[in-house]
Amino acid sequence: MRKTLVALAAGLLLAGSVSAASAADKLKVGFIYLGPIGDLGWTYQHDQGRLALEKELGDKIETTYLENVPEGPDAERAIEQLVRAGNKLIFTTSFGYMDPTLKVAKKYPNVHFEHATGYKRDKNMSTYSSKWYQGRYIQGLIAAKMSKTGVLGYIGSFPIPEVVSGINATILAAQTINPNIKVKIIWANTWFDPGKEADAAKALLDQGADVIMQHTDSPAAMQIAAERGKLAFGQDSEMIKFGPKAQLTSILDTWGPYYIARVKAELDGTWKSEDTWGGLDSHMFAMAPYTNMPDDVKKLAEDAQAAITAGKLHPFKCPVVGQDGKEVECKGGDHLDDGQILGMNFYVKGIDDKVPGK
Amino acid sequence: MELVEAIILSVLAASTPLLIAATGELVTERSGVLNLGVEGMMIMGAACGFAGAWLTGSIIIGAICGIIAGTLMSLVFALMALGLAVNQVATGLALTILGIGLSGLIGAGFVGERITPAPHLYIPLLTDIPLIGRVLFGEDAFVYLSIALIVGVWRFLYRTRAGLILRACGDNHVSAHALGYPVLRIRTLAVMFGGACAGLAGAYLPLAYTPFFIPGMTAGRGWIALALVVFSSWRPGRLVVGAYLFGAVTILQLHAQGWGIGIPSQFMSALPYLATVIVLVLLSRARTGGSTAPAALGTVFVPDR
Repeated sequence: MRKTLVALAAGLLLAGSVSAASAADKLKVGFIYLGPIGDLGWTYQHDQGRLALEKELGDKIETTYLENVPEGPDAERAIEQLVRAGNKLIFTTSFGYMDPTLKVAKKYPNVHFEHATGYKRDKNMSTYSSKWYQGRYIQGLIAAKMSKTGVLGYIGSFPIPEVVSGINATILAAQTINPNIKVKIIWANTWFDPGKEADAAKALLDQGADVIMQHTDSPAAMQIAAERGKLAFGQDSEMIKFGPKAQLTSILDTWGPYYIARVKAELDGTWKSEDTWGGLDSHMFAMAPYTNMPDDVKKLAEDAQAAITAGKLHPFKCPVVGQDGKEVECKGGDHLDDGQILGMNFYVKGIDDKVPGK
Repeated sequence: MELVEAIILSVLAASTPLLIAATGELVTERSGVLNLGVEGMMIMGAACGFAGAWLTGSIIIGAICGIIAGTLMSLVFALMALGLAVNQVATGLALTILGIGLSGLIGAGFVGERITPAPHLYIPLLTDIPLIGRVLFGEDAFVYLSIALIVGVWRFLYRTRAGLILRACGDNHVSAHALGYPVLRIRTLAVMFGGACAGLAGAYLPLAYTPFFIPGMTAGRGWIALALVVFSSWRPGRLVVGAYLFGAVTILQLHAQGWGIGIPSQFMSALPYLATVIVLVLLSRARTGGSTAPAALGTVFVPDR
């Protein structure tokens, strides 16, 4: 679920940068990116996945990507462009490409499409996403252990279920360590504006938070935490360079294994439309090394990671209590089911704030 | 009290790039030229400023690189819009698109690198005064420079003969031409000044604000600077009010969210824009009333030779 990165007018220059070589019988695989591949976050990680794919299957495939493709109707042309260039499997890597991808998929039934973080599928269109809330749970444990003030600072992008479930997972984990933990939440209302993200981090630290967590894309907040001698978690990619003494860990999007698996299926002729929502167990994301924390906290984090990976620990295990003090209906047996998490639009008890617009 | 000081410091930092870029654009527009390419010039200033600082290790050289990059971009604009009398709106928009693309190319090699940000002034005793010490005597050089810049521009526009001539070009280029003033040359200089300021404002971001470069890091600040010029009704004094007000509401809405006041964050994010518009409208009604846009703003001038 990504929103407009900057590229104000990049739509006008849609062709962007096309990298391709020509080879006759290789399978052509295309990628549509929201931002520049050098954004150090969301798009960068997708491109790392593409590079891993090339490394693994480079002799059988060739890849092409279009970067800075704005979400919305313009994306349709970009996707069609990849189809006409002969790509047989196309990954569209942002939430806003959902309808354009579906439209093109209906038009070209012989081409296969893979859309990231969406919920619309077709015979030739799969979706894939990650259970990032699992990583957020681990971060919540670490944050509660490391915070001296008992106040966590959380920078949100937009109040969508992906972000809200991340906040809840964090707090549920933190409450197991410190039942009185507080969280201050600031919505940046953007995925990417380094200046604003830095301002939000400053505001949170000024108000007494001492561990910063973010669901926005730039390393600005990490860098502010480092400057002030406080702690922070990275987002999407490794950000330790911006806070060697500040980064506790970071959720790393590792798309490579998924891309390789899907392309292999395409090569074998076994590709079919699927809905993949993978977690730590399926290596859809990884945790950056646990740094800047004592060994016991590190062990706690590693144990939690192992338990989640093994399916023994679920971040939303019942009972989950909402802000109104009522238990949330437990649809998944002993934990909330996927649908409840994918549509989460409430805060759990212990958060003294309201979901914006609710 | 410490929180108040911290908020004021954040406000000054957030307002400074807007103020610098808007000051330059104000001079450009006062000469009768509408350059919508501020965002493009800023992002070029950010990319080149960071590149310069990273390669040499000097913030000052970085700032100079930013200024040069912004100026060069503005020269492209001057060549098209003044030299060839192309439509200014289209040229300005093209300049923004060019800047965003080119800065990504130049900055590509520097993504992921970091530098030591511009140092903050420290004067023993003075800087240590509670509440006002760090605000008045503990800023980075860009903040002081931005204030000097706007005071200088105010003096130039209203207290010097050259400033009067520049305003004359903006209000009636035919008359200025008839009086023997080189309208196009004056406008070119004004456009270059605007470019230099936009470049410096852009360089401020990776050199002092968030000391790294990422493509698109200006995130629309050039457009806000443009809007501030209009809202200020082309007056330097109101520009200062507008820039700091915008910065203040931006920071305060973040704090308000942190305090959990319970107003939807979407509304809070829109608040800086709303507050700035309202206050500047009130200001312009209270004093003289009416628009004071340079009469020849955005119009093409081709001197008869």
